[in-house]
Amino acid sequence: QNSELFTLTYGALVTQLCKDYENDDDVNKQLDKMGYNIGVRLIEDFLARSSVGRCHDFRETADVIAKIAFKMYLGITPSVTNWSPGGDEFSLILENNPLVDFVELPDNHSTLIYSNLLCGVLRGALEMVQMAVDVKFVQDTLKGDSVTEIRMKFIRRIEDNLPAGEE
Amino acid sequence: MDSRFTRGKSPLLERALGRPRCELSLAAFALLFSELVQYCQRRVASVAELQARLALLGHHVGLRALDALVARERPGRRETKVLGVLLCVKGPLWRALFGREADKLEQANDDERTFYVIEREPLVNTFVSVPRENSSLNCAAFAAGLLEAVLGASGFPARVSAHWHKGTTLM
Repeated sequence: QNSELFTLTYGALVTQLCKDYENDDDVNKQLDKMGYNIGVRLIEDFLARSSVGRCHDFRETADVIAKIAFKMYLGITPSVTNWSPGGDEFSLILENNPLVDFVELPDNHSTLIYSNLLCGVLRGALEMVQMAVDVKFVQDTLKGDSVTEIRMKFIRRIEDNLPAGEE
Repeated sequence: MDSRFTRGKSPLLERALGRPRCELSLAAFALLFSELVQYCQRRVASVAELQARLALLGHHVGLRALDALVARERPGRRETKVLGVLLCVKGPLWRALFGREADKLEQANDDERTFYVIEREPLVNTFVSVPRENSSLNCAAFAAGLLEAVLGASGFPARVSAHWHKGTTLM
């Protein structure tokens, strides 16, 4: 299925959110929350369709995310780079981002993180496999950078007995 | 806004309108759409309002989809007859967006200005299950809004609504 419907629908969603909320920061938060909800469901679909087993460490997780998950859902393969010395942080570099095809950020929304949904998705999905992570954009082609870079930091392993996101 | 005018056209508009570069999975769209519906649901009080919101979002999509489609598929020629534009919608437009054509196009017997676009299983309704208390909700209201925008922008102002009939019918 081609990506245009998806890109356009996402655009309609962000536009609607900008109308509903008065400031970019609230929109960013809402996108993150919605992304989280999607991520929580996406992980099940992913595990069912991909037959990938449990990852043994964060590096393996990074590779799976970049090479399998992104490819499966968005049709792109970001590269994994910039590992921190402790091995707990890395960057995903996206040369192109289907969410932002044909999108421009108007000047009055310069603090909007348009693709913030992706951060929420990654966070939600990983939380369901017992990993608490922090995800954020550090470069964004919409803001004039040459690539889009997402930084992912491993925070801790979530204990099994108390599902963290449950409230 | 003013600085844009003096800077010249933005670089994005200079790019060629190539074919879409990636193939996405249906799941990605379905998940996004369901989240979108839930978001609208939290902010409205009735089914009618929800359908209206979905239609509005579909509207947004339709306008842009039309521009892209016309620029790519039919350079220099625009549909000027009602039947022509409807067939164009049913075929190429639906195929470009949803991966396949709509199932049928029919005309109402009693009113020559009413048409039905019928799809047994619209893409937007995959993975959507409607709880009984909201049984009149049809998320194809999104597609309805899309269609309405496309027709309107092609010079055929129309009102499009989604109905449960032989699958889903956009009227």
